[in-house]
Amino acid sequence: MANYREMWEQLGMDLENHDNLCAVLPTAFGDVYLSQENRPESMDFWDMVVADIHGIRPAELIEEQKKGRKVFGTFCVYVPDEVVIAADGIVTGLCGGSQFWVPDGEAVLPKSTCPLIKASVGARLGKTCPFFRIADMYVGETTCDGKKKAWEILGKDVPMYVMDMPQMKRAKDVTKWMEEVEDFAAVVEKTTGKTITPEKLAESIHIINEKRKALARVYETRKADVIPISGKDALLMMQIAFFDDPERCAQMANRLADELEQRVKDGVSVFPAGTKRILVTGTPMAIPNWKLHHIIETSGGAVVCEETCTGTRYFENLVDETGTTLEEQYRAIAERYMGIHCACFTPNTERVDDILRLAKEYKVDGVIDVNLKFCCLYDTEGYVVEKALKEAGIPVLGIETDYTDADAEQLRTRIEAFIEMLG
Amino acid sequence: MYYIGIDIGSTCAKYAVLNEKKELIRKHVQPTGWSSVETAESIRTQLAESGIPWEEVRSVATGYGRVSVPFADKTVTEITCHGRGAVWLHNSENMTVIDIGGQDTKVICIEDGMVKDFVMNDKCSAGTGRFLEVMANTMALTPSELCELARDGGNTKISSMCTVFAESEVISLIGRGEKKENIAYAVVESIADKVASQSSRMSMNSGLVCLTGGLCECDYLREVLCDKLKRDVVTQPDDRYAGAIGAALMATGIRR
Ligand code: SF4
Ligand code: SF4
Repeated sequence: MANYREMWEQLGMDLENHDNLCAVLPTAFGDVYLSQENRPESMDFWDMVVADIHGIRPAELIEEQKKGRKVFGTFCVYVPDEVVIAADGIVTGLCGGSQFWVPDGEAVLPKSTCPLIKASVGARLGKTCPFFRIADMYVGETTCDGKKKAWEILGKDVPMYVMDMPQMKRAKDVTKWMEEVEDFAAVVEKTTGKTITPEKLAESIHIINEKRKALARVYETRKADVIPISGKDALLMMQIAFFDDPERCAQMANRLADELEQRVKDGVSVFPAGTKRILVTGTPMAIPNWKLHHIIETSGGAVVCEETCTGTRYFENLVDETGTTLEEQYRAIAERYMGIHCACFTPNTERVDDILRLAKEYKVDGVIDVNLKFCCLYDTEGYVVEKALKEAGIPVLGIETDYTDADAEQLRTRIEAFIEMLG
Repeated sequence: MYYIGIDIGSTCAKYAVLNEKKELIRKHVQPTGWSSVETAESIRTQLAESGIPWEEVRSVATGYGRVSVPFADKTVTEITCHGRGAVWLHNSENMTVIDIGGQDTKVICIEDGMVKDFVMNDKCSAGTGRFLEVMANTMALTPSELCELARDGGNTKISSMCTVFAESEVISLIGRGEKKENIAYAVVESIADKVASQSSRMSMNSGLVCLTGGLCECDYLREVLCDKLKRDVVTQPDDRYAGAIGAALMATGIRR
């Protein structure tokens, strides 16, 4: 890692503890990523970003802040980036994916909270992540109970705005979400000092749609019989997408998609023929959570799609670009976001439909449904998901895990056995 | 050709040798001890001394120590191997296999001789051989003594699923002067309950239900399981070698 100590110091970070994190990350990345064979060349961009994950992008954000721009930190794919960008703000994802941050989170949260929430709170309170220091405002949402209450704790430490998510998907809920988006827009305008005009909003809707299309192009190549990219590499692209500038993200994803489309034409696969194709469904995998993908891909399987928030839920469906008034545009935004199917909604049968559709489109041999320990929503919905898959004749393995390595060998046995079972 | 299956479990290491006609010609069990690498080495020595020519051997390692058997041609998980072994031992293509191992418990559903589905306990050791062992130790008994004693007990319950908490429960029961057989009864009930609740997560087919692994010798546990599952649970002495036999059967498919 290059030297960013001065920047980290000015951000008020706990340098000593942060050094511990910096010391382990390169080895972890080397073991999990650089050991793979025949990776797409375009992955060099993401390798570089990870190598300086607490340097390059934070430095860029700070530069923009010096010019007067504001940074909004978000934790969920329902928070509309379009609105922030239309007001000249910047969005950065803030989800914690490492056990490193969990103990600091456990200092204030119940142990039986999902690791994603514990790590996110811990990264802020432990002062060991620059993104959590840089954000001018955090934007939470009322999705799950763990998050809802965690915002109250985080809100004591940093300006926090919470969007009220509907729990159902009726027409009146979409309208309600549209109102929430409008309220959020007003807060963003006040924070940035910039007014959102229909022109600016049209532009930001277009930018984010282009980003979604680029990510979708990469996923599209994973449907081919040859597998041009490992699940781990695709996951990395998705994880970084939450932090990066959206236009650069689209550009890099398109560059990667070009290479992958060529690979498909040339019949280049990163896995030997006969490797079992796996769809991963369930809870998000925030960076640097590569645990499950790594175990699957070193046990005779290949992850060809993720039905998660760090997967298809992030980019599927576009916002309608034909609106010309703010009202039309906010409605279009609300409709797009309400078309994502997180387990926090009830009923949520559309998610099961999505999973069955993806299993078919990506020609999967089996599905691994993962839920982060103590995530009551996905755990409970897992029953319905597994049942539907079994009824459709698609083998499924349910897994509950956290960020520690304690269960790695157990998981490996289960996943290997599952892959053996696929024949 | 000889087909050898080596099953390095967390408590016991087993091996089984099949001949060309897939007949079981040799089997052995020994404690795994603290080093699976050394255990694997000792098994290799025994096999070499038994006069089996090594060039004529195909071998598969299984069990949680499967990666510690450098001389094996291949590794296969214990789930697949227990399934295969049970099919061979019970001569039945459709069945449910309950394997209570030292470290984990698996319920495996077999259809047409192949693993169709399985469940395995999570990290914790409730409902495993380890749980029984810890409780037996606390009560100064061997696991099989505990099981047989349990037959005469009743009317006591251990409510905690966690081994550590359950152990303190057992200690306080001892302190309260509860009869040994009643405590033993509670321990076996607790294991059987856990296994039964695990099985309920999977739709069992109507075929045979068989108990494999180390605990298959505890007849009383088998009886309690029959009761809880409302099914006839069968077992036979060689069932503790199901994993090793399954591994040996897998070795018959190896081409070099
Ligand atoms: S899983 Fe649900 S709550 Fe979590 S980020 Fe995704 S949409 Fe938001
Ligand atoms: S994984 Fe579940 S518990 Fe954790 S933040 Fe997401 S919805 Fe909430």
